[in-house]
Amino acid sequence: MAEKETDALTGTETTGHEWDGIRELNTPLPRWWLWVLYATIIWSIGYMIAYPAWPSLSGYTKGLLGYSSRANLVADLEAVRESRSVWVDKFSELEVGEIVEDPDLLQFAMAGGGFIFGENCAPCHGSGGAGAPSFPVLADDDWIWGGTLEDIHTTIAYGIRSDHDETRYSEMMAFGADELLEPAQISAVADYVLSLSGSGAANEEGAEIFEEQCAACHGEDGKGLPEVGGPNLSDDIWLYGGTKDAIVAQITKPRHGVMPAWVDRLNDATIKQVTIYVHSLGGGQ
Amino acid sequence: MIGRQWSSPHAQGMQGRTATREERERETMATADTAFIGNADEKPVRRRRKRADGTGAGGEPPKPVKEPLYASRTEIYPRSVKGFFRRLKWAALWILLGLYYIGPWIRWDRGPNAPNQALLVDLPGRRAYFFFIEIWPQEVYYLTGLLIIGAVGLFLSTAWFGRVWCGFTCPQTIWTDLFMWVERKIEGDRNARIRLEKGPLTLAKVGKKLATHAVWLLISLATGGAWIMYFIDAPTFVVDFFTGQASTAVYSFTFLFSATTYVLAGWAREQLCIYMCPWPRFQGAMFDEDSLIVTYEEWRGEPRGAAKHDQSFEDRGHCVNCGLCWQVCPTGIDIRDGQQMACIGCALCVDACNSVMSRFGLPPELITYDSINNQLAREHGQPTRLRMFRPRILAYIGILAVVVAVMVFSLATRSRLEVNVLHDRSPLYVRLSDGAVRNGFTFKVLNMEREAKTYTLSTEGIEGATLSVIGYEADSVPVVELPVKPDDIGSFRVFVKASRENLAGKSTDMSFVLTDTETGVVVEHSTAFFGPGG
Repeated sequence: MAEKETDALTGTETTGHEWDGIRELNTPLPRWWLWVLYATIIWSIGYMIAYPAWPSLSGYTKGLLGYSSRANLVADLEAVRESRSVWVDKFSELEVGEIVEDPDLLQFAMAGGGFIFGENCAPCHGSGGAGAPSFPVLADDDWIWGGTLEDIHTTIAYGIRSDHDETRYSEMMAFGADELLEPAQISAVADYVLSLSGSGAANEEGAEIFEEQCAACHGEDGKGLPEVGGPNLSDDIWLYGGTKDAIVAQITKPRHGVMPAWVDRLNDATIKQVTIYVHSLGGGQ
Repeated sequence: MIGRQWSSPHAQGMQGRTATREERERETMATADTAFIGNADEKPVRRRRKRADGTGAGGEPPKPVKEPLYASRTEIYPRSVKGFFRRLKWAALWILLGLYYIGPWIRWDRGPNAPNQALLVDLPGRRAYFFFIEIWPQEVYYLTGLLIIGAVGLFLSTAWFGRVWCGFTCPQTIWTDLFMWVERKIEGDRNARIRLEKGPLTLAKVGKKLATHAVWLLISLATGGAWIMYFIDAPTFVVDFFTGQASTAVYSFTFLFSATTYVLAGWAREQLCIYMCPWPRFQGAMFDEDSLIVTYEEWRGEPRGAAKHDQSFEDRGHCVNCGLCWQVCPTGIDIRDGQQMACIGCALCVDACNSVMSRFGLPPELITYDSINNQLAREHGQPTRLRMFRPRILAYIGILAVVVAVMVFSLATRSRLEVNVLHDRSPLYVRLSDGAVRNGFTFKVLNMEREAKTYTLSTEGIEGATLSVIGYEADSVPVVELPVKPDDIGSFRVFVKASRENLAGKSTDMSFVLTDTETGVVVEHSTAFFGPGG
């Protein structure tokens, strides 16, 4: 240890520490300050004994108090489930149409529905129901299977072309692949279909074929039949593309999207919440 | 020499070692039974060593003394004192304590469904109330303004009057002073307290100590309780607290702040100022030669020495070395050692010294609350002057004026109606079956008034744009009505629909216009309407 040194100006001893010529005066701290340090050391030892602290090869020291953040999480989740059960019970009892009448229930459904949608629906339908090629936009007012609360509830619960017995099902014939129509006829009807939404060339031949082959599902005027899942062809909203090539491809060998039935995956209250949320995205009828 | 002394304030940071045990005992033996004046042998608790540069004792090099790294705290027994600054300190104490304890009990009628407490920070309700002012969370910048005013106000007062904050208004000073007052009422003045401390353990001693601590604890409880009352309704709190119905959080915080009051004012006292508080460490930077500070006029006082009543002061200093100046000091320092960090600027030593000077027929203010420049001027027989408006003072006043003006202006002109508009991020827009384009918004209306409101919402910037609101207006119409509860936020899903021919490319400027149907107050919010373009 360095020899004791005294500062000339103040007459105070220094600690012997020096930084760039600046020396530290020794100003004694209060002794209780030291005790506080010792107290914190003792506290930390007690903490290590009371709480989980040291890892071992096969686990960790559990601590005398048996504290576990994982157990706390389970308890927290249980408490949340408990606090929500009041709401969830009401959702089970009421129809979706009744739920939206109650502002509190509506708010709960909107809050929960957003999360449920994000976890289960957004991968195909996009966040906010923005849709994706081949997956319908849910935020517009165009509904293949109907946009009322009941329609949406049925679609979500049983799916489309799913393996559930009550699934919604529709199938468009493969007019080209099965040689029901000649390529020239397909071209003509595609032109006619485009003309329904204001582009393409309306033609007599196409109109006749439409009348015979398409109107049964898509409606006389092409405005669609939600009861049988026939899409509206008179608007400018297209599931598989709105170019003539895309329409010809769909008539020749149609694609059929599949939506799973959620009734086996989500509980009743959850499906009702997400139904109300989807309805609110903008297309609710 | 004095000039040089002031030119090196850093070197005078902490005073040197504290008195050893022997010194302290000798001191108390000497003090306990000596007369009022002239105890030259006594030593203050925190006695700085004499300077080794010749200003002290004859230029001899100081003998090194073994310094411990830690030292026990030396108890301080401040003597009571009377005088101008003591009266000022009492006034500050009673006024500030009165404001603090009475504050939460002031009522202020805000109508139904609103708290009627004038000063209230309602954390669960997300509101702060100050008489007629109500602050919402998004207006928390007013707190920033208050903090700036507080900080610059502190700089200004320090540049003017030294550590007037520390000495007269700091809560640590106020409550310590109050606790010392209790101590003095129960255990007696300095000498009686020292005797009691050193005396044998008698029933009377235990009784006095118990009484002191009981009163301290009661004051602490009132202090902790009053603190909580700024956050919850005061009368409700008192009833709940004493009937055991208050929440655990309320009890915990009350006892926490009671405990800090008891420990800091009863036990820590000057140690908080010396070891914990950051302010004394840099307050020296706020002083200049014209700041009014508490100092000892060394040129006039030295050489010091004991004096008789008919003493001639012709060839000696005016300091009679009575020791009163450090005996009254709440931090136990000797102001004659010069300006130092542990001095909180309370000026009680000025009162003490003046009382002695008058007994000897000497002019007052040997220890003076004056500027360094004036002290030097007196030493050299020049006229003194008070320079209140120096450049730094003007700068502080300027900053203060600007911040206060901005605060007052924004408070006076702030709107009690605000909107927050969030455009849907996905989808940015949708095409509808009739060919139109629609954008979705989350539209929040902040009704900061205490009555239910109905607003009309319309748009500007896009011809023929129509609105629909989920749950309120299913059809798309040019103007919709939005009801909002009093003192609440109404949150709406608003859809704006427009024809493609009325849009200017992919993004079209538009604005929402919200009108209070009753008062006609209008709030506009500019945003963008997105479309497919082309």
